[in-house]
Amino acid sequence: MSFLIDSSIMITSQILFFGFGWLFFMRQLFKDYEVRQYVVQVIFSVTFAFSCTMFELIIFEILGVLNSSSRYFHWKLNLCVILLILVFLVPFYIGYFIVSNIRLLHKQRLLFSCLLWLTFMYFFWKLGDPFPILSPKHGILSIEQLISRVGVIGVTLMALLSGFGAVNCPYTYMSYFLRNVTDVDILALERRLLQTMDMIISKKKRMAMTRRTMFQKGEVHNKPSGFWGMIKSITTSAPGSENLNLIQQEVDALEELSRQLFLETADLHATKATINIVFDRVGKTDPVTRGIEITVNYLGIQFDFFYAISSSKSSNVIVLLLAQIMGMYFVSSVLLIRMSMPLEYRTIITEVLGELQFNFYHRWFDVIFLVSALSSILFLYLAHKQAPEKHMTP
Amino acid sequence: MASLDRVKVLVLGDSGVGKSSLVHLLCQNQVLGNPSWTVGCSVDVRVHDYKEGTPVEKTYYIELWDVGGSVGSASSVKSTRAVFYNSINGIILVHDLTNKKSSQNLYRWSSEALNKDLVPTGVLVTNGEYDQEQFAENQIPLLVIGTKLDQIHETKRHEVLTRTAFLAEDFNAEEINLDCTNPRYLAAGSSNAVKLSRFFDKVIEKRYSLRDSNQIPGFPDRKRFWGGTLKGLHYD
Repeated sequence: MSFLIDSSIMITSQILFFGFGWLFFMRQLFKDYEVRQYVVQVIFSVTFAFSCTMFELIIFEILGVLNSSSRYFHWKLNLCVILLILVFLVPFYIGYFIVSNIRLLHKQRLLFSCLLWLTFMYFFWKLGDPFPILSPKHGILSIEQLISRVGVIGVTLMALLSGFGAVNCPYTYMSYFLRNVTDVDILALERRLLQTMDMIISKKKRMAMTRRTMFQKGEVHNKPSGFWGMIKSITTSAPGSENLNLIQQEVDALEELSRQLFLETADLHATKATINIVFDRVGKTDPVTRGIEITVNYLGIQFDFFYAISSSKSSNVIVLLLAQIMGMYFVSSVLLIRMSMPLEYRTIITEVLGELQFNFYHRWFDVIFLVSALSSILFLYLAHKQAPEKHMTP
Repeated sequence: MASLDRVKVLVLGDSGVGKSSLVHLLCQNQVLGNPSWTVGCSVDVRVHDYKEGTPVEKTYYIELWDVGGSVGSASSVKSTRAVFYNSINGIILVHDLTNKKSSQNLYRWSSEALNKDLVPTGVLVTNGEYDQEQFAENQIPLLVIGTKLDQIHETKRHEVLTRTAFLAEDFNAEEINLDCTNPRYLAAGSSNAVKLSRFFDKVIEKRYSLRDSNQIPGFPDRKRFWGGTLKGLHYD
C-alpha cells in the first residue's frame, strides 16, 4: 500500500518537472523558432524531468521521506531510464537530425543515423578502457559499465566548466568594476564605428558604380573563384575587374575592423549597464529586483551566444546536445555528491550504483579542474594582451 | 560622387531569415554563395534610378544597412544596436515564410527601430505589443519581404500568403515574397521589381523633399558627434 502512495508521489513530481522542462523549452530556448518536431521538445522535457527526479530522491534519502524499499526501487528505475535516454535515445536523435540537415543523405536518413549511432557507441565503449573504473567481475551490458562511462564524460565536463567558471567569474567582475566606463568612452567608440561604416560605404559606392559602367560597356566581372579562375584572371583581366578586387580586399579589412569595434561597443554597454544596476545609479529599485536584473543581464549575454550559434536548421541538434550534456552533468553530480554526504546516506547510492571506484572520480575531477583553470588563466592572459594592442592601432 | 547626401534604409529581421542573402541579391544582382552569421552591421550599396524612364530620371545610391541580432536580446545589446538607427529613411522588414515567429517578431523589430530614442528602461521589457497609432503616424516608408518561398509547399501557399498580406496591411506597407537564392523573382519587369522600385522611389522622395530641415518630423535627432564634425571630410 505504501509503495503505491510513494509511487504516485514520485510520478506527480515527475510530471511537474516535465511541465517545467516543457515551459523552459518554449519560453527560453525556442523563443524565436517554430517547433516543428515535437519529439525534440518531449525528449528535452523527459531528460529534464528524470534528472530532477534523481536529485529529489537524494533529498528524500536524507530527509527520510518515503519507504526505503520503494526509494530503492525508484532509484533503480530512474537510473535505468536515464541511462537508456542518454546512451540510446538522445545520441540516436542527434545523429538523425544532423543527417536530415545534409541534403545528400536525405533519402536514407534512418540508415545513416543508425550508422552514426553505432560509431558513437564504439567510441563510447572505447572510452572506458584506459580508465580504472571497474572490477572485472561484471558483465558487458550491466548498469555499472554504462554508468562508469557516462560518469567519466560527465565529470570531465563538470570539471572543465567549473575550472573555467572559477577563473572567468572573478576576472569578469574585476573588469566590470575596475574599468570606469564613462559615456564619453562609449560615444568615442561609437563614433569610430560609424566612421568605419562610412568608409566601407564610400568604397562600396565606388564598386557599385564601377560594376554598373562595366555592365553597360559589356564587360563581365569574373570573381576569381578556384584555381583556374585565378589563372584566367592573371592573363585576361579587364582593368575594371582588377580595381574591384583591390577595393574588395580593402572593404574586407574594414568590415573586420567594424565587427571588432561593434563587439567592443557591446562590451562597454554591458559593463556600463551592470555598473549602473549594481551601484544603483539608475532608478531606485529594491535589492531583489536589482539582483534579478543583474542575473538576467548576465544570462542575456550567455543566451545571445546560444542564439548566435543556432539557426532554424541546427536548433534541434543544439537543444538535443543541451539535453545530453544536462543529463550527463546530473548523473555525475550524483556520483560526486556521494563524497560530501555523511556515511549513513552514502549506502543507498553505493547500493544502487554498484561497485564503482568512487575515489577515482574525485581524483579525476580534481585533475581536470586544475588543468581547466590553468588553461583559462593562460587563455584570458593572452586575450587580454591582444586587446590593448588593438586600441593602439588608429 | 554624392558622399554627403545619403539615403539610408535599414534591413531588419530575426537571425537566419536571409537578410544578408537578400541584401546581396539587391545590390549585386547575384546570389550569395556563402551565407554566414552577421556580427554587428553589414552595409551594401544599391545604385537606383529614381523615376526610371522619365525625363526627371536621376541616379541615387541607396545604403542598405543589415543589422544582425535577436529581438529578445538584453537591453545593453539593444543600446549598442541603436547606434545604427540614426536618420533612417526607410525600413525593410524581413521574415521567414516557414517560421511564424519571425513574422510576429517584426512588430518588435519595427518598434525598436522607430522608438530608438526611448532608452530601454530595464530588462523586464513589455512584450512589444502592436500599437496601431504608432504605425499610423509613422512617416518612414516600410516594406515587408518574406523569404524562403521555395520551401513552402504548393498546398500551404495560399494560407501563408493570406497571413503575410494581413501582416503587410498592419504595417501599412507593400509586401514581396521571394526566394533569395533565385534571381528570377526580382527580374526586371516583374511585379516584385516594380514594387521594389516604387518603395525606393518613395524613400528618396521622402528624403529629398525634406532636404532643408535636417529632421524628419516626429523623430527628434539624437546629437551625434560625427554629424557635426565630419561634414567636410571625404573618404576615398
